[in-house]
Amino acid sequence: MTISAFLTDATLCIGCKACEVACKEWNQVPADGFNFTGNSYDNTNALGASTWRHVMFLEQPKRLGTQITGTEDPFRWQFLSDVCKHCEHSGCLEACPTGAIVRTELESVFIQSDVCNGCGYCVVSCPFGVVEKNHEVGTAFKCTFCYDRQRDGLMPACAKTCPTRSIQFGDINDLRSRAHMRVQELRERGYGDARVYDPQETSVGGTHAMFVILGEPENYNLPPAPEVPTVHLRSAWMAAAISALVVVLVVCLAFAL
Amino acid sequence: MAANPRITEDQLEALKEEAARTGRVQSRGVEPAGIPSVKPASAASYHGNPVLKPPTWTWQVPLYFFVGGVAGVSSLIALAAHVAGNVRLVRVELWVGFIGALLSAPLLIADLGRPSRFLNMLRVFKPRSAMSLGAWTLSAFSSAVGLAFVCRELILAGFGNELFLIVEWLAEFLAAFTGLVLASYTSVLLGVSAIPVWSENRRLVPVVFLTGALGSAGAVLELCGFMIPATRFIGLAASTAEIGIAIMIEVRGRYVDRPLREGATGWLTRAGAILAGPVALLLRIFAGHNPAAGDLAAICFIAGALVARYAWVGAGRVSSRDPQALFRIQRS
Repeated sequence: MTISAFLTDATLCIGCKACEVACKEWNQVPADGFNFTGNSYDNTNALGASTWRHVMFLEQPKRLGTQITGTEDPFRWQFLSDVCKHCEHSGCLEACPTGAIVRTELESVFIQSDVCNGCGYCVVSCPFGVVEKNHEVGTAFKCTFCYDRQRDGLMPACAKTCPTRSIQFGDINDLRSRAHMRVQELRERGYGDARVYDPQETSVGGTHAMFVILGEPENYNLPPAPEVPTVHLRSAWMAAAISALVVVLVVCLAFAL
Repeated sequence: MAANPRITEDQLEALKEEAARTGRVQSRGVEPAGIPSVKPASAASYHGNPVLKPPTWTWQVPLYFFVGGVAGVSSLIALAAHVAGNVRLVRVELWVGFIGALLSAPLLIADLGRPSRFLNMLRVFKPRSAMSLGAWTLSAFSSAVGLAFVCRELILAGFGNELFLIVEWLAEFLAAFTGLVLASYTSVLLGVSAIPVWSENRRLVPVVFLTGALGSAGAVLELCGFMIPATRFIGLAASTAEIGIAIMIEVRGRYVDRPLREGATGWLTRAGAILAGPVALLLRIFAGHNPAAGDLAAICFIAGALVARYAWVGAGRVSSRDPQALFRIQRS
């Protein structure tokens, strides 16, 4: 069985938000209100319990590739559809005390809503800030990678709806090489700051949702070097053990004196 | 945005003239006051939005951190007192541990989004998840301290025999061990998370939580009427450690620790440290033989430790909203 993945290309996105709509429609995700943020055309702001695809709008004082702007102030408008990264080593999955969050046979990370008891530990354990608790329902939600559709041989709703193939869906190795080829092509065409975002060198160990972006990951609120929190288990428990020993010592001394 | 002065009639005339003469207007125009203007996305983060999600934990959780810590360390003191032969103290400490265990579970369940599914916590055992380990530890601790408590009361009521005493010893030992894990896992829970201020203090939070638990357990004992050298020693040690922790946070001056030094959570952290540290310590040193001063020192320490729990959880909430705290760690 091939391992599926997303490749989302910021240089192809036109900011139409069809992916956001398709995701909400297919997965019947609740509305999150008519808000006006003033952040360009983005009134959604971030991924969350009721937003599993989120289109970002970046207005940057930078030149787009070799484009001639005709003014002294360069300007580019960037779009990117963000999504759950479905990490290789997943913070939310490791944190979940009920076993509600599982790794599926598609290698995606899935929250079983009927098992989750809403303890909220996955929320603070996701290094990408993706998982959120829906306070009405009481449990945690995030992108399902359209598990139901994939089981029936369909591609995720967002990828299917994308009119520019900015969201590509397919075999992870195919997409990984395609991402690097795309970046090389972009660089040759003058997009000097094109790069792949797929943190493979950190403890997250790569994602099942890669991105091609222009500029720094920080501009897209993508952490530059995300770590799965459990890499710190040893140092935290070591400190706890030493502190506990000191407490035992103090109590023993207190009664010995 | 500051309100701009209204455009004058002269300026309107000038605009009209410029438009008529050149076919276009070069001047920057008027910025209407009070509407959101299009802001260029900041160089560093996406519109300054938070990267991470804030903790969802409600007021019950910091209170549980405190109660669980006191109950856990009280069980350790119960064992030590039993070894030292202070049987009256053992009884009180088992009461404290048992009541703490009884309070802990409801506090945790009340925080759940789906309280009716609290038993799902015991559906799997995942030692790599501090939350899972904590749920199992609380179950084990509650059982052990409950058993020790029942044995002790039965023995005192005259139903005791040799077997009860052996079971009590075993249960007390188990309660002391799981009690220590109970008092410390909550700090690992914070340290092993994505929240910058917690994660970067993963070696300090255990010290903070165990110091608070130790001092509070001693203070609870003093308020129960045991103003003895042992509790005085525990109180002095805990208050000294509290001062050390506070100095460390202030002196290190790291960006990531800003929620512990600035704003509401910063002042809460300081208030907790002052109450549990210098105030409690000075009361003990300079008014040591006055029982009222001893009680006051105990109350100050408990208040300080409790405030500190809320401050640490609150600091995590503030820290999660600051994308720069996260980026700085990952870029260094």
